[in-house]
Amino acid sequence: MFYGNKKDGVQNMDDIMIKTDKVTYEYKSNIDDSVQTAVKDLSIEVKKGEFLVILGHNGSGKSTLAKMMNGLLLPTRGEVYVSGMNTKDEDKIWDIRSKAGMVFQNPDNQIVATIVEEDVAFGPENLGVPPKEIRKRVDEALSTVEMLEYKHHAPYLLSGGQKQRVAIAGILSMNPECIIFDEPTAMLDPNGRKEVMGTIKKLNKDEGKTIVLITHYMDEAVKADRILVMSDGEIALEGTPKEIFRQVEKVKELGLDVPQVTELAYELRKEGIDIRNDVLSIEELVDLLC
Amino acid sequence: MLRDITIGQYFPGDTIIHKLDPRVKIIIIGLFIASLFFINSFYPYILILLFIGIVIKIAKLPIKFILKGLKPLYFIILITLFINIFMTKGEVLFTIGPLTVTKEGISMAVFMALRLVFLITGTSLLTLTTSPIALTDGIEKLLSPFKIIGLPAHELAMMMTIALRFIPTLLEETDKIMKAQMARGADFESGNILNRAKNLVPLLVPLFINAFRRADELATAMEARCYRGGDNRTRLNELKLKNYDIAILLSQIAFFGFIISTRYI
Repeated sequence: MFYGNKKDGVQNMDDIMIKTDKVTYEYKSNIDDSVQTAVKDLSIEVKKGEFLVILGHNGSGKSTLAKMMNGLLLPTRGEVYVSGMNTKDEDKIWDIRSKAGMVFQNPDNQIVATIVEEDVAFGPENLGVPPKEIRKRVDEALSTVEMLEYKHHAPYLLSGGQKQRVAIAGILSMNPECIIFDEPTAMLDPNGRKEVMGTIKKLNKDEGKTIVLITHYMDEAVKADRILVMSDGEIALEGTPKEIFRQVEKVKELGLDVPQVTELAYELRKEGIDIRNDVLSIEELVDLLC
Repeated sequence: MLRDITIGQYFPGDTIIHKLDPRVKIIIIGLFIASLFFINSFYPYILILLFIGIVIKIAKLPIKFILKGLKPLYFIILITLFINIFMTKGEVLFTIGPLTVTKEGISMAVFMALRLVFLITGTSLLTLTTSPIALTDGIEKLLSPFKIIGLPAHELAMMMTIALRFIPTLLEETDKIMKAQMARGADFESGNILNRAKNLVPLLVPLFINAFRRADELATAMEARCYRGGDNRTRLNELKLKNYDIAILLSQIAFFGFIISTRYI
């Protein structure tokens, strides 16, 4: 079962979770006939089991791209494939959405039910899963995000980080292979951010889920396998965290920051101290300096 | 201030009344309301009072809680009393200025006021002993036969669930906006009614805009979780009628049937 990929040698299609093929998305203005292009002619591939981070400042098209990855938005031109299924195929749209789940920014606006376990059950209920199986999946999902003891609580009594973990459990209970996170920590306090990031890493490492994380926190991007930096609907940079943040000036030009430690190392180099330019964590810098 | 609303509140418990199938409870309350309007003398009220008393006792509800539920309706009960005392024709007892008080008036007033009190306590028994989720499930199931004539039973239940889910969120938000506007000198507490209503505009406009934005985001999130209406949907907790549900339902049909029949004896 090999599908040839002409130039890069033979590649197995089964390894690709999400693939966008020359995708363009245009928003039409409501007031006049002007058209705004959010995503321009973009081709990317997300491999199975990968932890991909998409960075970009506001209006760079990263959220639009995320919404195209599970068929919430359909591309104006080009195609998006999830596990080989085209998002334009109306018969497959529910398969696509249960395969590629999506967690949004505001935890309050994605919780549907008045009790935690009922909310986690919402996805499988929609998929028509039998009640016994739903019960099993709900308990599993809640224990993965470490919220099992809160299953009979009302969501509004939980903290932001806990609510966001419930939202993640709500996606997990649909048994997705891939989860797309659209700035899941943007509205949380530092503690909530830590909780949610911990959960996301756990999902990637222990559960083997493919993760697409959209964020503008650099510290979160450091943990990725691969980073895409978007600017004006196009990919400006691509590479591992080390490869990206080595280019401090380029990253800043794109309106983004580099992690604090990297910035410090960069400033030290400028002052003439001989130090590597791809330092990403405090421990690394400590090792290099002491 | 906004947190004191008690109507429709649920009083958690683990009694037979709490565990009774919500559909059975809704039907019984329906019978209860219907029978209240059939009663035309004071004696059946004793049975109604007995019914309420027994339910309160079994469900272990605090009487205080139920009286608190009546509070917001004092005014309506007073008006009912007032109108009935002065507007009913019959044997004149005494007159105050242009108003005459009749014997029939007093008895009618007490009768009507009691009917109101029973109506409110009876229905609050339903909401106090049934969780909102069970209630919406019950309503959905009871209305589902009407789907054939195009009644959107599932959609109605879903709307109720979402409304219930967002009540605390929106209350919190109202509180926040209120404080933010007060910090900028808005005044919600003084002035006459007209002024106060006017002062609410800077509260309501952001609240509504936010609510619409929330609705939009929620709809997207629901779609991302494969929501596509009620067809082929399963439930985590399916409702199942047990034998004792049916026994209680039948006994209550007999009980309220008897109360209704007293009108014709």
